[in-house]
Amino acid sequence: MPEPILEVRDLVKHYPLTQGILFRRQIGAVKAVDGVSFELRAGETLGIVGESGCGKSTVAKMLVNLERPTAGSIAYKGEDITKLSGRALKAVRRNIQMVFQDPYTSLNPRMTVGDIIGEPFDIHPEVAPKGDRRRKVQELLDVVGLNPEYINRYPHQFSGGQRQRIGIARGLALRPEIIVADEPVSALDVSVQAQVVNLLARLQSEFRLSYVFIAHDLSIVRHISDRVGVMYLGRVVEIGTDTQIYDHPTHPYTQALLSAVPVPDPLARAHRERIILTGDVPSPANPPSGCPFRTRCWKAEERCAKEVPLLAVPEAFRPEGAADPAADRAADRAADPAVEPAAGRTAHPAAHPSACHFAAEKRVVPGPGDLAAPPAPPPVRPDGPDVPGSPSKE
Amino acid sequence: MLLEVRDLHVEFRTRDGVAKAVNGVNYSVAEGETLAVLGESGSGKSVTAQAVMGILDTPPGRIAGGEILFKGKDLLKMKEDERRKIRGAGMAMIFQDALSSLNPVLSVGAQLGEMYEVHRGMSRKAARAKAVELMERVRIPAARERVGDYPHQFSGGMRQRIMIAMALALEPSLIIADEPTTALDVTVQAQVMDLLAELQRELNMGLILITHDLGVVADVADKIAVMYAGRIVESAPVHEIYAAPAHPYTRGLLDSIPRLDQKGQELYAIKGLPPNLLAIPPGCAFNPRCPMARAACRAEVPPLAEVAPDRASACFFWKECVGA
Repeated sequence: MPEPILEVRDLVKHYPLTQGILFRRQIGAVKAVDGVSFELRAGETLGIVGESGCGKSTVAKMLVNLERPTAGSIAYKGEDITKLSGRALKAVRRNIQMVFQDPYTSLNPRMTVGDIIGEPFDIHPEVAPKGDRRRKVQELLDVVGLNPEYINRYPHQFSGGQRQRIGIARGLALRPEIIVADEPVSALDVSVQAQVVNLLARLQSEFRLSYVFIAHDLSIVRHISDRVGVMYLGRVVEIGTDTQIYDHPTHPYTQALLSAVPVPDPLARAHRERIILTGDVPSPANPPSGCPFRTRCWKAEERCAKEVPLLAVPEAFRPEGAADPAADRAADRAADPAVEPAAGRTAHPAAHPSACHFAAEKRVVPGPGDLAAPPAPPPVRPDGPDVPGSPSKE
Repeated sequence: MLLEVRDLHVEFRTRDGVAKAVNGVNYSVAEGETLAVLGESGSGKSVTAQAVMGILDTPPGRIAGGEILFKGKDLLKMKEDERRKIRGAGMAMIFQDALSSLNPVLSVGAQLGEMYEVHRGMSRKAARAKAVELMERVRIPAARERVGDYPHQFSGGMRQRIMIAMALALEPSLIIADEPTTALDVTVQAQVMDLLAELQRELNMGLILITHDLGVVADVADKIAVMYAGRIVESAPVHEIYAAPAHPYTRGLLDSIPRLDQKGQELYAIKGLPPNLLAIPPGCAFNPRCPMARAACRAEVPPLAEVAPDRASACFFWKECVGA
């Protein structure tokens, strides 16, 4: 197994809420990120999905050091970058770059494309000596599929898709190892999204990049990711390979999220079982006790309000004789299909970390064969309590 | 037919010339029917809707030709005060961004009640009671307590419900929803689309759903009109279009959806960029991006012609496209 290039442990970001003008008292905190752990391996793509306000963008900002975490660590090749400053931090930053969501606001309208893409070289002159920059920028334009002659144009002369390519070229300028892409295609037209997704995939193999790919479009995330983490209210509620998450989700929130995604096939209308959640995401300033999802969960019981469920492989799916994977690290490793479980037998596909007391498998995304055939019989739950009916339809 | 748009042309005068946003659009909606208008930004889908509602900014916009028949009467020949009576009572619109479409300094109760005060001449108190009723109808919890709240005090999904409530206030027979769920998260989108579909059934309204999301369309539409560069390039019932698109643009859109069996492979991508409306390519507007384009496509604009009952395509080579 390749070494993790990035190891995130118990990352927390709280934004203080204050009151008073002269004496600012802290009256609370917005718990934007509340204990997130994952690892990113060299050359892989980790997708992070979740709804607005779940903290996925805050995680992205902490990864590239635009925000300082309140607690927790981010280890890049074993070194905790949250504690770095000065020259050491600058060196690490070179290797972790970001591509932003909105290509209209993330490029300075008064700078030419050449200046935008070349700006990272001002900060890291060791990458490209002064005389060499123009050529480097033109090379980058070529790499992202733009005409190198456009070097003197301004951002407004480009379309959304082209601007996103400029943003990607800027991210690539310093030859980073990791690119954190925060919703890189959401602002683009449908016919252009596929072009940019293909570009990102091509660049990954060409430059051996590792991606943290944050998006709310679940089908694009599945297409590009090796592993996927699902976030809700500042926490990762489920993480695993794309097949584990999409075909064998065990966390009720993941199931609801997947079932809510419209399927681009009218034949699916009759076959889909949709889980319509009631209400809205609670405020991160005042999250529910225990499990953050319990206020909208149809499985919630008393225990959910008292105990915070840990992100670990649910007991029901643990292979017998395996060590207690309560520790996150062991759990994370179990999510890797390349790693055979201790006993040497194939792991149950539902055996991946899920932060639910009552985790149970439920298939919600129709497979390729399911559409023509009548709906498949409900999957048998190996364990756990029965679901008390379907979730209330409001 | 509830609404019929015939050969509609809309232009915008800009500093750089005349932008032809809508170039001869035809579509129709019956009672209880859902028409999805699918297209990218700049395809003219919203401009067409604004022309139907009569809320187009003129100038710079100008309706350069065509007819919009609502229950058989041409809206474009009506006087403004006649149209005002239809707007709200006959047809209503739901906008994408509820936060910027609602007045931030008026309580939602006042904004909902205004519909009844202006159109029905109700007293403020009676209108307020109606507002509460509406909020209950779109299932806003604790409507009675929240009727005095301001838009910023509601979540995105709740604000969109208020938009829907406002559109429904006078029980119009046609609703135009312009990207009603684009700004919402998927779980909330599912709630809002469900609510909209249920109210549509209940009131037997016609619904024009403007969107770029192929998933939402597959979920709710009865028929689809695909727009590109101000024209409808294909129209068909929903099942047919997904099973066998008859225009290369529709095919390209459907093919670029990531599919399970293509994981790790390159996604199909329509090459090039949407056209500049100031300089729409001669012939078929899609020809520079089309994998099937040949000389005929550059010489002449293909008309939207019937290819099967209820199906039309604006492609000379639609047979090849269906067979492909």
